[in-house]
Amino acid sequence: MKRNTFCLAVGAFFLLTACNKNVSNHTDGLPPLAPADQDLNAGNWKPVLLSRPDTFAVATPVATSSPLYVADLNEIKGLQARLTSDQRGQIAYWSAGGVLRWNEVMRELVAKYNIPPYQNADGSYPIPNAANPFAYPNFPFSNPPYAARAYGYVAAAQYDALVACWFYKAKYNRPAPYKVDSTIKAMAGKTGLSSYPSEGAVLAGVTAEMMQLLFPDEIANVQQKLEQQELALIASGAATRSDVSAGEALGRQVADAFIARARADRAGAAVGTPAIWAQYVTTAQAAQQTPWLSLETPARPPMLPLFGKVKGFLCDSATIVALRPGPPPSTSSDDLKAQTAAALKQIQNATREQMRIVQYWADGVATVSPPGHWNAIAADDFVRQNWSEVRWARNMALLNMAEMDAAISCWDIKYFYFNPRPTQMDPNIKTLTGIPNFPAYVSGHSMFSSAAATILGHILPSRASAYQAMAQEAANSRVFAGIHYKVDCEVGITVGANVGNYAIKRAQTDGAE
Amino acid sequence: MLNRKKTAFSAALFFVLAAPAVLNAQTDEDAIMMTKKNLCIGGTYTHGSWDHYWEGTFKRSNQNLGTVSTQSVMLMGNYGITDKLNFIVGAPYVWTHATAGTLHGQHGVQDLSAWLKWDALDLKAGKGVLSIYFLGGGSIPLTNYIADFLPLSIGLQSKTLSGRLLVDYQVGNIFATASGTFTGRSDITIDRDAYYTTSLHLTNRVDMPNTASWHVRAGYRSNWLIAEATFTKSYTLGGFDIRKNDMPFPGNKMNATMAGADFKYTLPKKWNALSIVGGGMYTLNGRNVGQAMSWDAGVFYVLDFSHKAKKHNTAGKKL
Repeated sequence: MKRNTFCLAVGAFFLLTACNKNVSNHTDGLPPLAPADQDLNAGNWKPVLLSRPDTFAVATPVATSSPLYVADLNEIKGLQARLTSDQRGQIAYWSAGGVLRWNEVMRELVAKYNIPPYQNADGSYPIPNAANPFAYPNFPFSNPPYAARAYGYVAAAQYDALVACWFYKAKYNRPAPYKVDSTIKAMAGKTGLSSYPSEGAVLAGVTAEMMQLLFPDEIANVQQKLEQQELALIASGAATRSDVSAGEALGRQVADAFIARARADRAGAAVGTPAIWAQYVTTAQAAQQTPWLSLETPARPPMLPLFGKVKGFLCDSATIVALRPGPPPSTSSDDLKAQTAAALKQIQNATREQMRIVQYWADGVATVSPPGHWNAIAADDFVRQNWSEVRWARNMALLNMAEMDAAISCWDIKYFYFNPRPTQMDPNIKTLTGIPNFPAYVSGHSMFSSAAATILGHILPSRASAYQAMAQEAANSRVFAGIHYKVDCEVGITVGANVGNYAIKRAQTDGAE
Repeated sequence: MLNRKKTAFSAALFFVLAAPAVLNAQTDEDAIMMTKKNLCIGGTYTHGSWDHYWEGTFKRSNQNLGTVSTQSVMLMGNYGITDKLNFIVGAPYVWTHATAGTLHGQHGVQDLSAWLKWDALDLKAGKGVLSIYFLGGGSIPLTNYIADFLPLSIGLQSKTLSGRLLVDYQVGNIFATASGTFTGRSDITIDRDAYYTTSLHLTNRVDMPNTASWHVRAGYRSNWLIAEATFTKSYTLGGFDIRKNDMPFPGNKMNATMAGADFKYTLPKKWNALSIVGGGMYTLNGRNVGQAMSWDAGVFYVLDFSHKAKKHNTAGKKL
């Protein structure tokens, strides 16, 4: 008996420590978006690409007395009469905010496709092919520059589409279904916004259309999410099917304009060619510098060396050149020898807290990438602001255009100087995270973080010093990890802030402040 | 007597699997009991390595890892509360290394594991003795080592609770033992706040599926020598496969089939408080684990706190 109670006691103790909890996302239970200010004049804000908000026509909606509209109302009533628990879940999920949820979808897609291709038998590497996206390696490899561009285009397109949407909402002033018919329940809260065109459907249309360019394998999956959101919008009583159809059509047309820009923005040529890759080596050697070498086995071609030539949203090509900092220390200098020795010492004495910082900010393979991490930070803070969807989109667009231009500037600098990682200079430097397959100077993490902190600090001034501290920690994480020289991160922070300032300039003149 | 085994060296066998799910210490996997008030203490060194692993079911090498090795030194104690109830406890210090690539090896004190072993039934069956044992065990990490750094992390940070049923049959000096184990594992907290499995999780908590295994061993067993062959299959009851060219992750579905051999030699006459152990194991097949080969060697000493001179253990097993 004594041994049995002993067994039970020990078992109970361990049971307490070994219990399994259901792991959920921290944004799972968010309440419906309830903006304090619906920014009714957002139709006057300055779009990114469209020259005017009514570039794409949206037809006058039928009158609320028309039989066509009555049929729309009956569809809502039919849905609301037998709402399933799955549909209720979808309503709750999407009502937290369309910009928020589509941002989470984008982050998931980036993480899903962010794995470098496995080598061929002969040691060469296959390249994802947009013309054959389902063949291995699936298109795209959503590495940090690709991801920054994807986030940038989608966020900017969503913003332009919502500016157009708000223009037409003000023009047509069609009341929401729950206002027209009191038997219809407002299940996602009452926004007071006119419902035509539906802003949720605009967002769905924009994002789904952009998949043709950015994640062609995902057109089907994202279309399903679009249908889920549209059904949720209708079932919640917030929009009729005619509101939704008009919104989706508007969103898709705006996206098509951005896709046309994207196809000509030089990203398609960013991979380079073997001749171009070899040229970087000879250029560095001619300048008496040790050229960057891939530290992967088999050696992998440098990642997207021509990404620095992509057409930015905030910075034109002359600005990108003007943003270039001076060179890093010469690879034969005593300065660099000292920095290499410092890097070795750092890695040999890494603390657990430093490892935590490295892992928290690593955002490497199979993750949302550094711009994605800053999207998550922004989203968490934006949720607390009770902004309208159009202001959400405007702020996400500012952040992601800054990140895309930071990627362009960063890649321009990396391949202008083509300098080695610390481990290339001293193979004894082992690392606490994988070494990305591109040159060290300047640090992408530092640039992405500093650009993000700069624009976010302008949007939310009370958080500005917190963002700067986070950016500094993100930069430090790369030194703790042993994958960067300190100078890579210091200069990266400076240049990133310069890029962020271009986003601030736009923010000050886009009509939203 | 204590015959230590693989324990947390699952790091060699699997990328890492914390004890006691793979606390295949011979004492918690065998049908030998410490007699009352005898304490057996000792240590084992284990070395395991692999240069091929299974990415899902795709077996491959990785020239950016080369050969991954895990070494550990484990200290263990086994105390006879009664002749039928033993308490086993142990903890290892583990270190990992990769011969290629740039990733930094890890080292540290891993998990404390403990088992209560109850010899529930011994009965004559035919010419031999059939015994049934029930074991309950658990493990808990002793330090804040990093789990999300596979394949070089030294452990998975999960707290575990296990139940095992063990059946043994011995005729003369030949024996066979079979056991089945279920291990519940707690969720873990990692350093990053988002990760992708088969979808994106916006949290730093990771669901760690439970595990199960079955194990057989057979061979020769006497007071001074044990020599046996072993076979183990272990399964993770859930989890996901490593995607092509991705890195492993604590929440992966880790399965393995392993075969091995052990021996334990007890010194003769007045030295019979001392025993030496050794063995090896090879992973025949697996999923999201390394194809590990491991070997181990250890020394154990029995302290007799009872006031009578008696046999140290029941390995002789006569009824």
